[in-house]
Amino acid sequence: MRSAGLSAPASSVAVAAGPVSRDAAASAPALTAACLAVSRDLALAFRRRGQLVQPLAFFVLVTLLFPLAVSPELARLRSIAPGVLWVAALLASLLALEFLFRDDAQDGTLEQYALSGQSLTWLMFAKTLAHWLLTGLPLSIVAPFAALSLGVGPAALPGILAAMVVGTVTLSLIGAIAAALTLGMKRSGVLLALLTLPLSLPVLICGARATELAVSGNAYLAPLELLAALAVLAVTLAPLAAAAAVRISLE
Amino acid sequence: MSWTWFHKLASPPYVYKLAARLTPWFAWPAALLILAGLYAGLVLAPPDYQQGEGFRIIYVHAPSAWLSIMVYVVMGVSAAIGLIWRIKVAHAVAASCAPVGASFTVAALVTGSLWGKPMWGTFWEWDPRLTSELILLFLYLGYLGLRAGFDDTQRADRASALLAVVGLVNVPIIHYSVTWWNSLHQAPSVMRVGKPAMPAAMLTPLLMVLLGFTLFFVALLLVRLRAEVLRRERTASWLREALRA
Repeated sequence: MRSAGLSAPASSVAVAAGPVSRDAAASAPALTAACLAVSRDLALAFRRRGQLVQPLAFFVLVTLLFPLAVSPELARLRSIAPGVLWVAALLASLLALEFLFRDDAQDGTLEQYALSGQSLTWLMFAKTLAHWLLTGLPLSIVAPFAALSLGVGPAALPGILAAMVVGTVTLSLIGAIAAALTLGMKRSGVLLALLTLPLSLPVLICGARATELAVSGNAYLAPLELLAALAVLAVTLAPLAAAAAVRISLE
Repeated sequence: MSWTWFHKLASPPYVYKLAARLTPWFAWPAALLILAGLYAGLVLAPPDYQQGEGFRIIYVHAPSAWLSIMVYVVMGVSAAIGLIWRIKVAHAVAASCAPVGASFTVAALVTGSLWGKPMWGTFWEWDPRLTSELILLFLYLGYLGLRAGFDDTQRADRASALLAVVGLVNVPIIHYSVTWWNSLHQAPSVMRVGKPAMPAAMLTPLLMVLLGFTLFFVALLLVRLRAEVLRRERTASWLREALRA
């Protein structure tokens, strides 16, 4: 669709850069290509808005199950709210992973990425970033409202939002590795869960803890910082692993 | 210094023969150590003053738990070697490790929960070590599941190797986050942190069993490695000659 546009702006930037040092000229196209990949993924996703809503609907649906299954009593719901929110977020982001590479693998875009001469690591980072903007960020925005319905006071909502925003970054990045590893398989749903969930447990633990502290009105900065540390680690290493995984899958 | 010995290790025919030659050197000491250690531990050692006879399960539990982690490290490191230097034998080692490691993890979980029944009064307690062990089992299962998903051995090798390396980076993070999680939620009544030192009559059998289990793992790995090489090289001409000889 817009894959033809991938190389043209990159070269025009290189020309415009002109006398800039070679290092800057060499690194600019990688970033430009990454930005183009992000905007392409966003554009494609907004043409299929129905798909965007699905993980959110799933998230809200899972949180709805708990009042029905446990009890409508708000005091009881409030005590399990952090766990419910994070388990639902984990499952929803797992469900959304299917959209991350599937279409691009089917129509050959991923192969073009790998052959383009651009850094595949940056492109994987861009794809994951786009994926997070489309699933993780909306999920984080919906989560405080779901928390309200579980009896959590409005004072806790900024904490929940912050924990969700930071936590879902790591979830998307870990998921990208697993999704890239299972690219070639026909039915990878259960395997994807088996690969992703054990690696996501630290996020679940820190995220639920931060949420719990926020709900009970305590300082939640310590677990939030641990979440941020996990996110930094994932941002640094996961795109490398995802790029390697895509290369293996395309062999 | 010559590196030929290292390069030889990458050659399937050499490794096939070497594994056959080395296996008895690990298997017999393993058998002797395990039998002697179990006899000393289960019969000779005095019962614990607090846990009574129940503590004796440690002579199976502790070596299994130790190996469940060590096998994962061996698997991850050999997978990384295979991935970086594209050595097929290293991938074969990693592939042979996984089922063994998963079995030791199951053994550690089963013996841990059997020990938990008389000690904690319940088969399952969300103890950080048991929980980490359970997560480790799922890491093994994910590795095995990913391997099973590919028909082509080489692709399975490379994809699962990457997963093993990612897992190796994550194991310490998971372990510490589980420990941290547990310290927040559970009253520290189950496990005392500073345990009294073990008397020699209990410790010596434990060390024997630990060493014995480790040697047993190496012997098992060598046998599995030969089977794995046989499977992978089934069309190679050197194999026909080796089998005829």
